[in-house]
Amino acid sequence: MSDVVIHVDNLGKRYRIGERERYLALRDVLTRAITAPARLFAPRKSASSSNGNSNGDHSHIWALKDVSFDIRQGEVVGIIGRNGAGKSTLLKILARVTKPTSGHAEIRGRMGTLLEVGTGFHPELSGRENVFLSGAILGMSKAEILRKFDEIVDFAEVERFIDTPLKHYSTGMQMRLAFAVAAHLEPEILLVDEVLSVGDIEFQKKCLGKMGDVAKSGRTILFVSHQMNQIRRLCERVVWIDSGAVRAQGLTGSVLADYETACSDAEKTREGGRGKSAAVRFLSWEIVGPGSEQHHVVETTGPVTVRFTVEINKPIRSGRHGIHLYNNEGLNIWGAAAENLQLDIGIHEFNFDISTLPLKPGIYHWMVSLWDGGREEDLWNCVPAMHINTPPMAHPQDEWAGLLNMPYEFSANPVQESPRSPLVLQVAYADADAEGQRS
Amino acid sequence: MTTGPTLLQQQPTVFQQPTLRIEAPRGWINVDFKELWDARELLYFFVWRDVKIRYKQTAIGAAWAILQPLMTMLIFSLFFGKLAKIPSHGLPYPIFYYSALLPWMYFSGALQNATNVVVEQQRVITKVYFPRLVLPLSAVVGGLLDFAIAFSAFLVMMLYYRIVPGLAILLFPLFLFLAVLTALGAGLWLSALNAIYRDVRYVVPFLVQFWMFASPVAYPSSLVPEQWRWVYGLNPMAGVIEGFRWSLTGRGQPPNILLAVSSTMVLLLVAGGTAYFTRMEGTIADVV
Repeated sequence: MSDVVIHVDNLGKRYRIGERERYLALRDVLTRAITAPARLFAPRKSASSSNGNSNGDHSHIWALKDVSFDIRQGEVVGIIGRNGAGKSTLLKILARVTKPTSGHAEIRGRMGTLLEVGTGFHPELSGRENVFLSGAILGMSKAEILRKFDEIVDFAEVERFIDTPLKHYSTGMQMRLAFAVAAHLEPEILLVDEVLSVGDIEFQKKCLGKMGDVAKSGRTILFVSHQMNQIRRLCERVVWIDSGAVRAQGLTGSVLADYETACSDAEKTREGGRGKSAAVRFLSWEIVGPGSEQHHVVETTGPVTVRFTVEINKPIRSGRHGIHLYNNEGLNIWGAAAENLQLDIGIHEFNFDISTLPLKPGIYHWMVSLWDGGREEDLWNCVPAMHINTPPMAHPQDEWAGLLNMPYEFSANPVQESPRSPLVLQVAYADADAEGQRS
Repeated sequence: MTTGPTLLQQQPTVFQQPTLRIEAPRGWINVDFKELWDARELLYFFVWRDVKIRYKQTAIGAAWAILQPLMTMLIFSLFFGKLAKIPSHGLPYPIFYYSALLPWMYFSGALQNATNVVVEQQRVITKVYFPRLVLPLSAVVGGLLDFAIAFSAFLVMMLYYRIVPGLAILLFPLFLFLAVLTALGAGLWLSALNAIYRDVRYVVPFLVQFWMFASPVAYPSSLVPEQWRWVYGLNPMAGVIEGFRWSLTGRGQPPNILLAVSSTMVLLLVAGGTAYFTRMEGTIADVV
């Protein structure tokens, strides 16, 4: 049984908001101090409610309220939620940057935090000096920084410029150096706040790789991100923060599925457009098959059977069953039809044995219809939506991953040394082609 | 799916790793000295960084550390000394004033830096945790470098005027320590106040000016009538200045009621400043 390394118990954080001026002036405070001296020493945390001050109102918001969860040693946990849900506040509290208003948390082990890339960097100092400064601020000892210095500079690829003032670096170089320092922190617990979403593709690939290494080495990571693919890749558990509270927590697949459902607009059941005739009515749909416990979730890229149950109240002599699959953006991914159906009165099951559904994990919608002799009898936008929850195999970044999640095998084979004749070249290419198909 | 965290109560609390508890601040906060000691390298880095940046940005660099007290000393010697003929314990005016300006310049510089340090390091404070006390500490410790440079000029002056300090010089380190404590005490108050009430830093130059004239920099404390000496001692810098002058030159006021009252004030200032700063730490992180 592994230890709990992060224990969060009813954590809450309240901020004061409103039209009061952002910074108080001492003169106002002194005026009030003369009238009520004890108030001068009250810490201005927003927990104290009734301050009878004349300027500004007292609206408070609870950025976090009653947040509780446990993280065990070695887990990689993602924190997701919409912007403004309170994820960064939670991380800030755990990072001890700000203090909670209520509740408490307990942390066991050395903790490193990555809330920002380039903490402590100063443009006037050289790269070398900044590495030491930033490393010290992040919690490394001088000896440790000295030991890892070459590795850090190597990772950042700025060896030639290490003694130039930082203000002469390009943004990319600065970020690489900043991340290099942070990546060589070796804490037992790591808190990361969306820092992996900055920088160019190369940089992000490097960061993700390093994150992966850290995860594999058995460290505990708490990771805030908006990139669902990154979360799927790295995290085994996910905590979903919504409006300051824990809305769901559990295995990545199911929580992400719920999250995406909530985020998508298409969960409005579009019952409008259904034929008024009670002659035909689609009742339900499900995924059938071995190993398929959840009836609306696809967890394998292997064969899948999709079944639609329909109630027929009048005999159908030349029926046509149409089916469409839409993705969450409403794109028609696939459509098919079964013609010349003859159906008696009763309940029928329409089965589609599909050999593979190699689609990117997410939410999809079936739409089914039944026509009889050219007349639409029923059209149903199926609810609930279908979740595809297969392990991601595509590019780690959402914007490059595309629409499919195809299993594939890659190999690279050298083509034979070819003489200059184009004819021979063509033959050579054909050979390579054949080889590629065989492997 | 996990529900409430009850695992904690079931396990025996015997862990090798230290447990850190994060919770809302309650009452008057105690200073975590161990944590502060662990952060000493960070303190060194902050001081090193400030010094490096300051000297990279000024054209005259280290010379400024001498020029300031030197110029002030010249003005004082001329107007307070030669023209107003203020008593100087028989010392040449330059020595009389410079020996007091040494701790004073250190104090006012440290105060200005401490006032601004928390606000200037806003980015770092809102992103990473380290004991916040390190910041005013770094401002106070950082001023010692300039002090050392100004002090070397003083030694040259002593040689020139052929002043030989008496045995009192042995107590000099104590007075230096007292000066650092005073700067720390006042600095803690001001750095916390400025982070919360941003107009404080406009008050500080005026405060420092006023404070200087309330201290025995431009005149000896013997000017103050005997029965009021202890009131005068309520100024924490009074004891420091007199002490510097006495231990460095061998002339002037040996430790007396003034120093006793003054030192007590210094301790109160430091205790109060530490308490206020640590109490406001939570607020500072939110408003800075």
